[in-house]
Amino acid sequence: MYGKKVKLRILFLFLAVALVILSVYLVLKSLEENVVYFISPTEIKNLTEINQKKIRIGGMVKDQSIIIKSDKINFIVTDFKNEINVSYSGSVPNLFAEGKGVVAEGYLKDRNYFNAVKILAKHDENYMPPEVKKALEDK
Amino acid sequence: MLKSFEPNQIFLITSRAPKYVLFLFIIVLSIGLIEALILSPEDYKQSHSVRIMYVHVPSAWISLGIFSIISFLSLSIFVFKNKNFSLISKSLAPSGFVFSIIALVTGAIWGKPTWGTWWAWDARITSMLILALFYSIYLLSWRIFENKEQVIKITSIIAILGFINVPIVKFSVDWWSTLHQASSVNILSKTSIHPTMLIPLAIMTAAFALFSLLIFLMKYNTELIKIKNKGLDRL
Repeated sequence: MYGKKVKLRILFLFLAVALVILSVYLVLKSLEENVVYFISPTEIKNLTEINQKKIRIGGMVKDQSIIIKSDKINFIVTDFKNEINVSYSGSVPNLFAEGKGVVAEGYLKDRNYFNAVKILAKHDENYMPPEVKKALEDK
Repeated sequence: MLKSFEPNQIFLITSRAPKYVLFLFIIVLSIGLIEALILSPEDYKQSHSVRIMYVHVPSAWISLGIFSIISFLSLSIFVFKNKNFSLISKSLAPSGFVFSIIALVTGAIWGKPTWGTWWAWDARITSMLILALFYSIYLLSWRIFENKEQVIKITSIIAILGFINVPIVKFSVDWWSTLHQASSVNILSKTSIHPTMLIPLAIMTAAFALFSLLIFLMKYNTELIKIKNKGLDRL
């Protein structure tokens, strides 16, 4: 069907592509720690040492855990296996709410306590009108 | 057919097509904008800021799609040495580049009211930036290199290398924890966008695809005219 040269080029391409995919996979695998944007409370529990580097933690804001005292906000971030207390002073994004996703940037005090300097809201992939949401909740 | 093509015959079709595509684009875009800005409901959580999605998501899709086409054509150029493919790739790139920039900019505008930040170095956003960079390097190398054989080779290599990044952009939200939410529209699993919001999204995607087609045709015609002016009736 194809000439010898064309066949040779196709073979070469296959080998090159396979090699590139393998190397990219290995690179990404080894960079995994840097690629993740935040770590979960469970991963914090499993940390061997706590250093003073700035990190990001993420998870859900536990229901009925937000306590606002003057300019300080305390809440609990959970991944439904483990949880961690977060304290923060400053303004929070509009979508920050109980039962919603959150990413907090700051410093670990210990395995159960996190001092946030920045709060980001993480929203999920569900989009629907308010009526539909209400109907779903009523069910 | 793969080895050579007649610029004159192709030009007969492609020179007439743009005005029809433009007409269709204006109609589809108008319907899409009315649907997206007026008729579609607000989101239960994000309220009206969800409307940025109708520009952001189609732009990202189109820019990824166009890069995939360019990469595939570049592979074919490498195998079949077909010069028409390189003209098509070259003509596709500008609109893909523009849409990758639109996706990044609208993403930042959307991120501020929802996440609380313009920019985050998470896997999805960073890989999307890399896609835009690949587009710009691709477009630049078409301008920088003079030698015809050389420029086709270099641009193809850039497009093929850049394709590594495409699945990373697509699956970054599934592979790693990112600030960016997971994908809502999936072929295999259930779509998590309500139908009233999915329809404007689909129409806007069609409109943007037509716009890309329009820009592609205009650019492609220019390339064909360049060949004709050089007095070559075939490549």
